[in-house]
Amino acid sequence: MQLIVFVLASLMMILGAVGVVTRKNPVHAALSLVLTLFGVAVHFVSLEAYFLAAVQIIVYAGAIVVLFLFVIMLLGVDKAEDISTEPLVTQRWLAAVAGLGLLGLLVVAVARGADMLTTRSEGLATEVQNASGDANIQQLARSVFGDYVVAFELTSVLLVVAVVGTVMLARKRTAGEA
Amino acid sequence: MPAPTTLSYLVVAALVFVIGAVGVMVRRNPLIMFMCIELMLNAVNLSFVALARELTDIDGQSIVFFVLVVAAAEVVVGLGIIVAIMRNRSSLTADDLAELKG
Repeated sequence: MQLIVFVLASLMMILGAVGVVTRKNPVHAALSLVLTLFGVAVHFVSLEAYFLAAVQIIVYAGAIVVLFLFVIMLLGVDKAEDISTEPLVTQRWLAAVAGLGLLGLLVVAVARGADMLTTRSEGLATEVQNASGDANIQQLARSVFGDYVVAFELTSVLLVVAVVGTVMLARKRTAGEA
Repeated sequence: MPAPTTLSYLVVAALVFVIGAVGVMVRRNPLIMFMCIELMLNAVNLSFVALARELTDIDGQSIVFFVLVVAAAEVVVGLGIIVAIMRNRSSLTADDLAELKG
């Protein structure tokens, strides 16, 4: 059963990823991205990261892809572009070679490092004695608001900077300003 | 039927990461390039969560949480820059931005 879910979610991810790269229309590429993000969320559920699965759907599929679609519509680029011609000579061959090399390196590194994994520290919620439905959320909250509380506060600063910077970038300059 | 191993999750993550990397190299539309960057971030997130379960360590999931926040900020700023550039132009390819002037 778990294997079927794994295969289906992996197929969703890979088909969506190929769609993002090969689709001519940016709207179709954004919708393919949603397929990949849902596949990742399914993987998160089967890996017992329930909170992150929910956040994945809400933040990625709900916010980021909508932002992409909003910008595509706003700029009026929601029409098919010509991707049949190569922008630079041999660019695609070089990209294919680089991609295959990267894939080979990653797979070899994963396969060689597989036997070096050792268990450490506090353990996931499934190993906790009173593993109730929200044990994953409790454990994640202890980690984020405990060990990583400084990083958590810094992300709030980052978000404020991003919002202010985007407002500065996107507003129209009036004649009186420099 | 055997349950999928951590290794298989990592291989799927590597595959999606490579597809995203090739997309950044091949496509010229900056919006599509951003989507490919999101693909790569998601692949890394998946490997973090898979290793968090393998090592029974919640820290992997905490890092994914932070990656989500940083990805959201990155998309907001990147799309703001694209909108600011596109206000004065009609086409949308990364090659048009090669010259060193505004």
